[in-house]
Amino acid sequence: MTRAALLVLADGRFPAGGHAHSGGAEAAVKAGRITGAADLEAFCRGRLHTAGLVAAALAAAAAAGADPAGLDVAADARTPSPALRTTSRRLGRQLMRAARATWPDGELDAVARRFPKGAHQPVVLGLAARAAGLGPTDAAYCAVYESVGGPATAVVRLLSLDPFEATAVLARLAPELDRVADRAVTSATAVRTEGVDVLPAASAPLLEIGAEVHAAWPVRLFAS
Amino acid sequence: MHLDHSPHGPAALSADARRPDGSRRALRVGLGGPVGSGKTATVAALCRALRDRLSLAVVTNDIYTREDAEFLLREAVLPPERITAVETGACPHTAIRDDISANLEAVEDLEDEVGPLDLILVESGGDNLTATFSKGLVDAQIFVIDVAGGDDIPRKGGPGVTTADLLVVNKTDLAPYVGSDLARMAADAKAQRAGLPVVFQSLRSESGVADVAGWVRARLAAWTA
Repeated sequence: MTRAALLVLADGRFPAGGHAHSGGAEAAVKAGRITGAADLEAFCRGRLHTAGLVAAALAAAAAAGADPAGLDVAADARTPSPALRTTSRRLGRQLMRAARATWPDGELDAVARRFPKGAHQPVVLGLAARAAGLGPTDAAYCAVYESVGGPATAVVRLLSLDPFEATAVLARLAPELDRVADRAVTSATAVRTEGVDVLPAASAPLLEIGAEVHAAWPVRLFAS
Repeated sequence: MHLDHSPHGPAALSADARRPDGSRRALRVGLGGPVGSGKTATVAALCRALRDRLSLAVVTNDIYTREDAEFLLREAVLPPERITAVETGACPHTAIRDDISANLEAVEDLEDEVGPLDLILVESGGDNLTATFSKGLVDAQIFVIDVAGGDDIPRKGGPGVTTADLLVVNKTDLAPYVGSDLARMAADAKAQRAGLPVVFQSLRSESGVADVAGWVRARLAAWTA
């Protein structure tokens, strides 16, 4: 395994479609819930401990070798909003393409064949980490970082927020990212003996509602 | 690049010339250029000029609306199932150059759902003079500028003007009204493009999009040869 592969996979420029998504930030900005760096931090913290935790646990379990189809069903069950389920599968499909081109791997090919329109993104993320020779902890870190990095970049574009302030928000959240990644790996490890029900099911109702509202807007900058 | 020729193989990765079932995919032509230069109008005119002889589809990349896709739908240049809009998250150039995954999915889905197709036009969201298409997404690209955007644009160059397979200088009918010197634009473009072709067009003139359509036909002939 190579540690540098983690940097390749976690890089915001990894070409897997994330740039067109705000992680719910566009809806929150429009609703007046994010107006500056302090709100952004609160938003990211909420997302980290809910959607971020769930995604990280799914990714870690996939990286550890749990059955992708079972994890995909678990992801569906943990994503009430149809719009978010669609987004997650779309991003999963995009990530699958990028991962297969970057780390050619029979397991990835098999899942691509089984889910031609995309498996859930966190599941694909875990499989991509596995194909890259990375472990469950690495996959969890990619997921938690992505859960806050996406909205932070989006808010820089949406509010013309000072990019240094947005990056400082991410740095302040770093110790919490460590703790959430840790929790995710612990529950992912238990999947082998206890099944996917042991995975966290933390939900952020406002993110789910915001995603449904956002999906109906005729004019928007981000796809989600 | 990994290729899987089995009929039930996983999807293509990039600009592979063959589809997963082994058949040749459609030619993909990108149209980029600054906001308001006439990309959508050129796409509409191309569809009207080519649709009777060719099986066509269009992917639009709007920056924050579905306006370009809706224009094409309203003008009924193609049936609605042949037009797809990709959302670009405030960065139109990223979606055609740095992270092409959403556009690749759009062109592949069109080919799966309404194919077989001869040609897919991928229209970029209006951007700046540095926006170019990735070779992983399109086989050839057209850069559209217009005379009203300033007759110094060919001289300024930039990747779009200098490297596009075809440079289109649009709205030549406006030149006398905006004080643009077409001869100067032609000379500058020639100097910048090292022999690559340039078309001056006015979609309001009788010849309209004919030169660009001819160029596209020639690319298609080369692609299918």
